Amino acid sequence: MAKTDSLQGSLDLLVLKVLSRRAPLHGYAIISAIEEISGEVLRVEEGSLYPALHRMEELDLIRAKWVTKAAGRRARVYELTPQGAKQLATEEARWTAVTGAVQRVLKLA
Amino acid sequence: MSWMTRFSNLFRQRRLNSEIEEELAAHIEEALQRGRSAEEVRKAFGSPLHHRERSRDIRLLPWLDTLASDVVFGWRQLNKHRAVSAAAILSLALATGATTAAFRLVDAVLLRPLPVAEPQRLSYLAINQLDPRDGHPDYRDDFDYPTFRKYARTVAGRGDLMVVGQSAPQEAILGSDAPEKVYLQFLSGNVFGVFGLRPAAGRLLTEGDDDAPGGHAVAVLSHDFWTRRFSRDPSAIGKKFRLGGTGYQIIGVAPPGFTGTEPGVVTDIFVPASMNVRALDSPGWSWFRIWVRPKEGVSREQIAQPLQAVLALETEASIKEGQLSDMPKQAFDAYRNRTVELLPAGSGASDTQREYRRPLLILAVLVALILLIASANVGNLLTAQAAARDREMALRVAIGAGQWRLIQLVLIESALLAVIASILGALFSWWSAPWVVSMLGPSDRPVKLVLDVDWRALAFSFALAALVSLFFGLAPALRASAVKPMSALKGGLDPHARSGWMHSLVTLQVAFCALVLFMAGLFVSTFERLSHRSLGFSPRGVLVLEAGIRGKALPLEVWSQLADVLRRSPGVESAAYAGWMPLSGNHWTGTVRVPGQADQPSAPYFLDVSPGYFSTMRIGWIDGHDFRPSDVPPKLQGEAQLVGGVGIVNEAFARAYFDGQSPVGRTVAVREGKNLFAPMQIVGYVRDACYSNVREKVRPTVYVPIERNNGITYIVRTAGDPLALAPVLRSEIRQARPDLLIRGIETQSALVQRQMVRERLLATLSMFFAMVALVLALVGLYGVLNYSVIRQRREIGIRMTLGARPGQVVHQVTSGLLGLVCLGMLLGLAGGVACQRFVETILYEVKATDPVMIGAPLLTLLCAALLAALPPAIRAVRIDPAQTLRSE
Repeated sequence: MAKTDSLQGSLDLLVLKVLSRRAPLHGYAIISAIEEISGEVLRVEEGSLYPALHRMEELDLIRAKWVTKAAGRRARVYELTPQGAKQLATEEARWTAVTGAVQRVLKLA
Repeated sequence: MSWMTRFSNLFRQRRLNSEIEEELAAHIEEALQRGRSAEEVRKAFGSPLHHRERSRDIRLLPWLDTLASDVVFGWRQLNKHRAVSAAAILSLALATGATTAAFRLVDAVLLRPLPVAEPQRLSYLAINQLDPRDGHPDYRDDFDYPTFRKYARTVAGRGDLMVVGQSAPQEAILGSDAPEKVYLQFLSGNVFGVFGLRPAAGRLLTEGDDDAPGGHAVAVLSHDFWTRRFSRDPSAIGKKFRLGGTGYQIIGVAPPGFTGTEPGVVTDIFVPASMNVRALDSPGWSWFRIWVRPKEGVSREQIAQPLQAVLALETEASIKEGQLSDMPKQAFDAYRNRTVELLPAGSGASDTQREYRRPLLILAVLVALILLIASANVGNLLTAQAAARDREMALRVAIGAGQWRLIQLVLIESALLAVIASILGALFSWWSAPWVVSMLGPSDRPVKLVLDVDWRALAFSFALAALVSLFFGLAPALRASAVKPMSALKGGLDPHARSGWMHSLVTLQVAFCALVLFMAGLFVSTFERLSHRSLGFSPRGVLVLEAGIRGKALPLEVWSQLADVLRRSPGVESAAYAGWMPLSGNHWTGTVRVPGQADQPSAPYFLDVSPGYFSTMRIGWIDGHDFRPSDVPPKLQGEAQLVGGVGIVNEAFARAYFDGQSPVGRTVAVREGKNLFAPMQIVGYVRDACYSNVREKVRPTVYVPIERNNGITYIVRTAGDPLALAPVLRSEIRQARPDLLIRGIETQSALVQRQMVRERLLATLSMFFAMVALVLALVGLYGVLNYSVIRQRREIGIRMTLGARPGQVVHQVTSGLLGLVCLGMLLGLAGGVACQRFVETILYEVKATDPVMIGAPLLTLLCAALLAALPPAIRAVRIDPAQTLRSE
């Protein structure tokens, strides 16, 4: 099935992080938040966001619920589970370690 | 996402799809609101379909994946232990098949509602008169037409009262060709209307068809008969046919599925009740049931009460007239306390139901016990198998499998077993249910049941499969999930773990098996005793020919000339005639007084016979002589003129009235009316012979000379096969007297066998079930013993190295189980003796407390247990200590 490449790994990390601060959010708001905070540097493809959200839901990292918006339409909003918070912590630590290592390589090589 | 959500996702793909779609739509809408162009958003998104697929796969697939791999793995496991699996599957298939077949029968005979409007509102009338001998309720549900008229007037306005005739075989001439046997049912005109039935063709009977005696010779065909006889030809409507001397016109066809009101009989033709002209004004000629549908808001009580009042008035009137003056006290009380009851008719009402309700329920119980034995077996086999897989399970836990995964794994394996077994079982029941039905009735009057495999039978067999798979799968599954990796991998499990569960299953198995064996023993010896009881006559080679004439009675000379014709036919040894045959179901009782003696509690039977009856039937002769053609019976001529006559009596009569002395030459008085007794001289004394039914003790019987009559039964003793002679004799009679009706030809043996159909069915099936139960219990015992030997082989090895003798080893392995077997047997037999009240009414000269009845199953089970214990015991003794200890 889906490969766990580094890019996808980082998307998960970003989503978890955003949700840890401003939950609950729907898919569009997650994309907007990532773009806004990164100063329009990071653009998330809609085409990969939803499969990622559903996969993380499957892994019990996030949970989803339907909320009714003012217009009577429903939106699916996501929030972090305790397991997701744990996962975020390890991923964050791993990411910092990796980026730190990359930084050092770039500086000292 | 929880396991349950994923499970429900599997069954709600459609909703899942629409949820994903809705979420994506909401996203696009949001984007448009923020001012992005529609084109851009859609491009960024890519193909929505592709998207949906990916998201759905993520939510659904993992569970499906594990499910599929578990199924494959389970299948491999079953294949690996082919012998064990086959034993489990076969025993379960046999049991579920038998259970489904029993359910189909019970459903078809007793449960399935009639295909009519609001069947639950229908009832039929029955008069309950407690049996004075044992206090059991005895329902009489046949009525005569004058009573129906009276009841209809009484109930008027509160409900619809219907005449529902008893479906009976008749000879009809449908084409120009030979007569055909059809099942005819008389119905009052309101029946089809009340039932809310619509014609499949033409029209159905209405009240207008039933308003004048003999006025409307119209008939409605059943859909089944229309299909069978006319291939659904619409032009059949309007055709005429002859039946019992009347020409009927076919006016329509009943809807498909409606085959009359009697489960057990499929009716072909329905005609108005008013066409049974002669019966309409004959009190005492009972030929139909009365069905009732109370009007909306009227309770059954409100219908029964006024009818009860009518019945009470009738009873008082007959007491005043002194009609009951010579009735014994208990019988009189029972008669006086008769009650009118409304019995539910939603599932129809028939003699088949009445006769087979108890036997079918008994069979259903036996079958359920078999099912329990079989599932216990499978449970034990699976538990033993799971034990052998301890290490595999421990490994799975060690590498991180969750508890649910392990339970799922084992449950799927047992579900596989159950599904395969229930498919085989369904096939088995598909074949066996009709086979049992064919055993229900006598060959000339078969019981017909509608046995479509409808949703009820299917639902039942699937529910059964689910229940069974849960029952025998859950225990091993829970054990598997509770496995402790450390101790299992070290191989240090307690050898006695699990044996508690297995041992209680074995005890139950033995108990159920003992119960089934015990019941089978009762039914088999009932049948044995009935079929070997002495009838007092020899039925073999006897042909019984019922002849009658419409209208006036014929003088005796005509009948006796016909007997001469029969006697002269080739192949006939002798011929005689009588009012009817013994065991034909008819009987006639009368009152006899012997001067200087009190009345006997039970009145003797009477039968009118011709000279030569006793020699033709081969009833033994003791004293006196046969009737002469000039002999007459005692009778009443005109209003009050008593005529003396002669009679021949049997041994029971001599015992009851003359202390066993030969009564030849004595004269007794026979009641011929209120306070009118005619003298009868006893001229002959014969051996006892069965009269009314084979279960009854021979009653005192008086044979009198036969008189002029409009219907008699010829008894023809033939040299060869009696049935081969039937067509010849039929044509001889037709030639001699074309105006005679031949109502039926059958062998006396068939009459005898018809009396034992129920007993034969119970004996055959319960014997079969007993064998199955025994084999299953044997397999179960063997499996458990074998398992315990395998588990204890290290311990046995050590003991043997320390010098244990083979006898001690065998004792160690088997003693515990032997105790359980004995406990199970005691439980089972205690249950059997406790249940005897439920079966005693169908037993014949067999008592549940008879030591032989209890001893036989005990002995059989003990032998079986020893047989089952033999191979494991040998295995235990042959254990090689050195090898066993090395391999661990």
